[in-house]
Amino acid sequence: MSVKQALLALLEQGPKYGYQLRTEFEERTGSTWPLNIGQVYTTLSRLERDGLVVAGGDDGEGHVVYRTTEAGRAEVDAWFGSPVPRDQPPPRDELAIKLAIAISSPDVDVEYVIQQQRTATMRALQEHTRLKRSGRAARPEAPEDLAWSLVLDALVFEAEAEIRWLDHCEARLARLATTGGGTHS
Amino acid sequence: MTARQQHALLALTHVSRVHGTGATEVRALRDVSFEVAPGELVALMGPSGSGKSTLLHVAGGLDQPTGGSVAVDGTDLSSLGQAERARLRRTTIGYVFQDFNLIPALTAEENVALPGELHGLRSGEAREAARAALAELGVADLADRFPDDLSGGQQQRVAIARAVAGERRLILADEPTGALDTSTGEQILRLLRERCDAGAAGVLVTHEARHAAWADRVVFLRDGVVVDEADAGLTGLAGMTGAR
Ligand SMILES: Nc1ncnc2c1ncn2[C@@H]1O[C@H](COP(=O)(O)OP(=O)(O)O)[C@@H](O)[C@H]1O
Ligand SMILES: [Mg+2]
Repeated sequence: MSVKQALLALLEQGPKYGYQLRTEFEERTGSTWPLNIGQVYTTLSRLERDGLVVAGGDDGEGHVVYRTTEAGRAEVDAWFGSPVPRDQPPPRDELAIKLAIAISSPDVDVEYVIQQQRTATMRALQEHTRLKRSGRAARPEAPEDLAWSLVLDALVFEAEAEIRWLDHCEARLARLATTGGGTHS
Repeated sequence: MTARQQHALLALTHVSRVHGTGATEVRALRDVSFEVAPGELVALMGPSGSGKSTLLHVAGGLDQPTGGSVAVDGTDLSSLGQAERARLRRTTIGYVFQDFNLIPALTAEENVALPGELHGLRSGEAREAARAALAELGVADLADRFPDDLSGGQQQRVAIARAVAGERRLILADEPTGALDTSTGEQILRLLRERCDAGAAGVLVTHEARHAAWADRVVFLRDGVVVDEADAGLTGLAGMTGAR
């Protein structure tokens, strides 16, 4: 998760101080990925060191306000103008690894492993759905509300894909069992 | 779960259902117990053939269990005669059939109004409730069409309108979003959720995890057995043996 680029892009919309940046980030993402204020200031000082932002004095109430530089704006353009890299090989997926090993382990009840995960993922999906249908994500009016609602959709799709994959694994295993092939002899 | 401390609107107790006998015997449900309280929406998931439709039929009094008992609103269905059971189905229970089950000779509005009319509502009243339900499902303009002139998704919405028209206290829906696109599907879930939030009890059979997630509880069936339940905050893997 690139906090650096996200904060830089928020700053490009107008000068802000640290707490404001954190609030705006969390408004758009519904505190799904909470930022601590220390992390915000560390990021800001790195951005400043790299010449992407400048600390532009005080807002009259003692807050140090940051704004983007020319180089910072170019960095934001480059971020929006390129895809998020998809690493090859992809990051390790613990569930895929766990199932791959479970299937080849004679003493593991793979059905149980699958069902237990399905229940846990379903519970997460229920929670995302509860957030989606209540509060400001349910009837988004401001762009920040819509942004959060779409972040929730991303989590919903991700959980759904995992459950669908678990169903698929279970069906494949069941078919293997009925056609006489066992996972172990 | 406060909802479940109230008395259950639907209670299945040690229900089993065996189809056929001898070599062709199929045990569609084995010792299934669960309850649904007013205000609760329960989703039922499981692979094809796991007994979901059988469970819903039994819960709605459309089929009788071969073992155990089913109570709706405190009344054991086996204590009711044919006529009383039919009355319960027209007044208390709204049923969305997997294959819609619309009557081809009746218009959409007549189909939706039929249970109310059979129950003795004045025709005007039943028609008004039918139009309101069709409007709620976004198909008011199809009121005068016959089922054969409707697409699958349109028939499905008419079938749902029929199940929610009037004041049904138990809504049983068998894959009600199967023929619908994703945004219409979500609209149906919103509607079911609203009915349950307003006090109805609901059971929803679905293949879509995204739709099941609207429920308060998700019950997983496999080979006629409840294998697990996902319930905000509760853990449990009843009936499963566990990894070693
Ligand atoms: N009327 C029937 N006669 C014989 N077997 C049936 C009948 N209805 C359902 N079954 C069997 O009972 C099992 C459960 O079916 P069903 O409840 O339709 O499952 P699902 O809705 O989960 O796909 C299946 O094996 C099915 O073949
Ligand atoms: Mg079925």
